[in-house]
Amino acid sequence: MSALEPVIGLEVHAQLATRTKLFCGCETRYGAPPNTQVCPICLGYPGALPVPNEQAIELAVRAGLALGCTIGRASRFDRKSYFYPDLPKGYQISQLDLPINEGGELRVGERVIGLERAHLEEDAAKSQHVGSQTRVDFNRGGVPLLEIVSKPELRSPAEAEAYLRELRLVLMTIGVNDGNLEEGSFRCDANISLRPVGSETFGTRVEIKNVNSFRFVRLALEAEIARQKVVLGSGGTVERETRSWDESSQKTVAMRGKEAAADYRYFPDPDLPAIALTDAQVEAWRDAMPELPAARHRRWLDAGLTDYDAGVLGQHPATAAYFDAVCAASAMSAKKVANFIQSEVLGHIATDGLDATLPVPADALAELLDLLDADTIHGQAAKKVFGLMVEEGLGAKALVQREGLAQETDEGAIEASVRAVLEAHPDQVAQYREGKTKMIGFFVGQVMKASKGKANPKAVKAIAERLLEPN
Amino acid sequence: MTIAEHIAAVAGGASVRERAEAALDRVGDDPHRAFLSLDRDWILADAEQLDARLAAGESLPLAGAPIAIKDNLCQRGTRTTCGSRLLEDWVAPYDATVVERLRAAGALLFGKTNLDEFAMGSSTENSAFGPTSNPRDPSRVPGGSSGGSAATVAAGHVAASLGSDTGGSVRQPAAYCGVHALKPTYGRVSRRGLVAFASSLDQVGPFGATVADIAQVYDVIAGPDAGDATSADQPAPSAMEVLGAGVAGLRIGVVRSCLEQADAPVAAAVEGAAERLESAGATLVDVGVEHLDLALSAYYLIAPAEAASNLSRFDGARYGLRVEGRDLAETYRATRARFGREVIRRIVLGTYALSEGYADEAYVRASRARTAICRAFDSVFEGVDLLLLPTAPTVAFALGEKTDDPVAMYAADVFTVPASLAGLPASSSPVGEVDGLPVGAQLIGRRFEDTTLVRAMEVLSS
Repeated sequence: MSALEPVIGLEVHAQLATRTKLFCGCETRYGAPPNTQVCPICLGYPGALPVPNEQAIELAVRAGLALGCTIGRASRFDRKSYFYPDLPKGYQISQLDLPINEGGELRVGERVIGLERAHLEEDAAKSQHVGSQTRVDFNRGGVPLLEIVSKPELRSPAEAEAYLRELRLVLMTIGVNDGNLEEGSFRCDANISLRPVGSETFGTRVEIKNVNSFRFVRLALEAEIARQKVVLGSGGTVERETRSWDESSQKTVAMRGKEAAADYRYFPDPDLPAIALTDAQVEAWRDAMPELPAARHRRWLDAGLTDYDAGVLGQHPATAAYFDAVCAASAMSAKKVANFIQSEVLGHIATDGLDATLPVPADALAELLDLLDADTIHGQAAKKVFGLMVEEGLGAKALVQREGLAQETDEGAIEASVRAVLEAHPDQVAQYREGKTKMIGFFVGQVMKASKGKANPKAVKAIAERLLEPN
Repeated sequence: MTIAEHIAAVAGGASVRERAEAALDRVGDDPHRAFLSLDRDWILADAEQLDARLAAGESLPLAGAPIAIKDNLCQRGTRTTCGSRLLEDWVAPYDATVVERLRAAGALLFGKTNLDEFAMGSSTENSAFGPTSNPRDPSRVPGGSSGGSAATVAAGHVAASLGSDTGGSVRQPAAYCGVHALKPTYGRVSRRGLVAFASSLDQVGPFGATVADIAQVYDVIAGPDAGDATSADQPAPSAMEVLGAGVAGLRIGVVRSCLEQADAPVAAAVEGAAERLESAGATLVDVGVEHLDLALSAYYLIAPAEAASNLSRFDGARYGLRVEGRDLAETYRATRARFGREVIRRIVLGTYALSEGYADEAYVRASRARTAICRAFDSVFEGVDLLLLPTAPTVAFALGEKTDDPVAMYAADVFTVPASLAGLPASSSPVGEVDGLPVGAQLIGRRFEDTTLVRAMEVLSS
């Protein structure tokens, strides 16, 4: 039997970061008491009508533009029908034939992964099974989602994980999704099949539902590939079914078969006219598009950052923006700024969805880094000052002055200190002059000690070497 | 008693309360069973409030005129049953936009009227709470589905009422009961708070004893509503302002094929109406509208398809009737088994029409026929301003006559569904009698030219 390769496609449900739901004015805030963010519309009351949320449409189009999709100029909402308590109208408003975004692609490392579509739909409510009871919280019902469907072009679990990380970062960078996996703002279903290497056809695919971390997606896919290889290797066939990831056993387990494929009876929602988008509107959104993570990454490499630096600083849009703002306000090289931020600042940045708490403003950090860059203070002093800035909220210059941390740069004063040290240590001077030039460290140390660390060590060394030259 | 007379009486010192009492007395014990709810205490309390608002100097265009509301329109705090067991005890938590607008204009909301269950029917016999009878002949149906709203105006209880029209549900009962009714252009009147039957067809419309009553109510309810995405985003011209404008110079197309299909005495009455329009200065031309023969079948696929979807929310989970079963699926089945026969028939038909393997032959084909009918109307309206045809092929039929023959019942809508499919404004006005039973003439206008209909309706009534 020839070698098998995995064929993976991902369906991501990304919650659009709107204030209100897709078709009513209820808030989308996570964590409110059950059924407190509901109204006749999102509860499917008789006579209630959906009214599209313009912000959701804008965010969906912005996502489409960032992903290189074709923006549908007359896209349409359709009803997808099935009975379940989490679906108050008996149908979900989604998009079938004319999605708002068609096609598109996402660059993941060296590969470009094609997209089928990215369409708008409303979220279902959240069911909770308590004993024999099912409780339903409709706060989530009607929240806007963008379902982003990749082509089956991913070839490894690691690539799938990288795709998800990159997609999440793109959506966060353009402010479309808060990237919060724990709260379910970014959910993933994976389709996976195996086929002989070189084959153009697809094997029977299995869908793995609702895996709630990127690492688990990779692990679930790895486990599923292993399972399918065993099945196929022993001459069996893979069933078309839906499976879920079981963390405790590190395996996928069957959820339900798809033999009785549901007939969703899609048809255009007569309550909702086609979404009319003008070219001018779409172009305005395109023009307002911020720099995307991939372009930013390239720009940073050109500015001298390593791939690692750029990856670390780019992992959250707020950190990335912060780094760029500090660079813009400071004369220090980008690489040195990157080093300082990574070693000293990142540990102080707390992120919550799209929000981030920054320890000091970018221009305040730039002020500190400029003092360091101009040798006004040295590295150890800069770390100390940064700590004080975070604690006290004072500016770098004021703290350097208060703490007396400015380096002594007056050559005359330094020379006087050096002369005093040389005079106090005639034996060591003699040794130096006999060829033990390593003694220079001793003299510099003595001068630094005498100046309580304020003398510029480079200047001290140069002056001492000059004065120690044989007369 | 018209709205204008009511306004004059109130301006002359009569109280809304005493006039409300008089209207309640006129209804008496509601011999035609036009109402599903008519709460005397509520109505009198509302009337007193209106008197207080008037006394406080508030300007109320409708001055407390009683207006009855079809029981598929949400009125906050009242039962809104849709003529169905499933909503028998459901109290609407909000006002439909049209109800809100009537309240704001100072209407006295005067009870909820009987209808075919979820507005599905042509005789009001499909109400879970029993049929309404025709005030002109109690052995006959009032038409449907807005039979209660038509009957209460015909009986002289109130000057005006609201109905809803999906395939003829205000026009046909208006014809059978001998009153005026207007189905506005689709999108002209908000559907928010109208319990949906077929969303792409449903439109709220007024019944009136006179055309002025229709115009008065129309002006209050028509116009854009941000709460209905299908509401037209353009102001509605006033119908009151065109009263008295006449029809001189209008070209009116008589749809000859429909006259030929109708009972001869009905056709003769409509011919008489045409002559009246002509003598008022309109030019008559005989026209044909292509594809009209497709309308009834297209309608009876599209409307049930949308209805099946719209009615899937009635699952007993959140509101309304819930019949417990052993498990979820059985609860759904047991609850939904309480729909009436006609509603179940349409849900089944509509579900088939949308199912994989059938949708292309049913829903998709019907939608294509609908598009063809729209185009046919567009082309006819290049040459005429209005179309004239019978509202229904016959006069009101006897109670029970067609209840066992759904197809015969559906045929009562043959002349009304085309304008519904095309979303065009259409009206019915009484234009004569056959053996003491009223005949209605239907007018159809261009999209958003509702007020042109009002001009011609007025001429027909003079």
